[in-house]
Amino acid sequence: MKNNTVALLCGIIFGAGLTLSQMTDPAKVLSFLDVTGNWDPSLIFVMLGALTVTMISFRKILKKPSPLLTQRFVIASKTALDKPLILGSAIFGIGWGITGYCPGPSVAGLGLGNIEALIMVCSIYAGFWAYGKMKV
Amino acid sequence: MVTLLENFTPLSSFSGGLLIGLAATLLLLFNGRIAGISGIMSGLISPGKGEIFWRLVFLLGLVLGALLVKAVIPDSIKIREGFPYGLLAIGGFLVGFGTRMANGCTSGHAVCGIARLSKRSIAATLTFIVSGMMTVYLLRHLIGLSV
Repeated sequence: MKNNTVALLCGIIFGAGLTLSQMTDPAKVLSFLDVTGNWDPSLIFVMLGALTVTMISFRKILKKPSPLLTQRFVIASKTALDKPLILGSAIFGIGWGITGYCPGPSVAGLGLGNIEALIMVCSIYAGFWAYGKMKV
Repeated sequence: MVTLLENFTPLSSFSGGLLIGLAATLLLLFNGRIAGISGIMSGLISPGKGEIFWRLVFLLGLVLGALLVKAVIPDSIKIREGFPYGLLAIGGFLVGFGTRMANGCTSGHAVCGIARLSKRSIAATLTFIVSGMMTVYLLRHLIGLSV
């Protein structure tokens, strides 16, 4: 129960952060990716803000034997740079560059009366499903 | 120089980033989970026991957080109009397909993975940023898409 409350709270803080930094605005994200156009480096500052916190906190937290409310940390254990990682990231980048949406802002935009967010979330799930089918 | 960086918002972007970092920190500290949105979403497709509710409330939180900021700063939200829905659907499909293949997106790799100095996450982040930039260059400057 407690960990669901934490998850809700973390979602709220995360969604507020995405919106405050205007990452919910696909035009702003696309102007970050448009280096030869009217470039807007704001997205780098979002990453810097987030990493300022996580670079310090993650190191300390992961030294603990376990999280405060659950048994263990669920962290990706792979270390090799393999083809799915690079190819998948390249494909994600194409979708991101076409739309200006990554998954977080797509979900956060659902409550804003934004039909684009709804289309994004549905088609993202279609993409998840298709990859799952292909892989099996 | 007048038009250069005219939409640049370093302060609100950095502050928003701090909140994102705080959310990722709390989720790891209390629940031992990585705040990777694509992973939290895709984990709902064939979830194990105890894997549904926390994901749903986290995603609900994203929506509530956006509404909260909108309530405090009404003009913080811009909604794009006139972008072709077909392009959105194709792009969204690629976002879903690619992030599941690569096991992460902007949040999981660029915010959480880089914080652990994961080589995979650094490589993934560089790849999707370069790929996104090439895509925008192709669409806006070579093909001349104006939306």
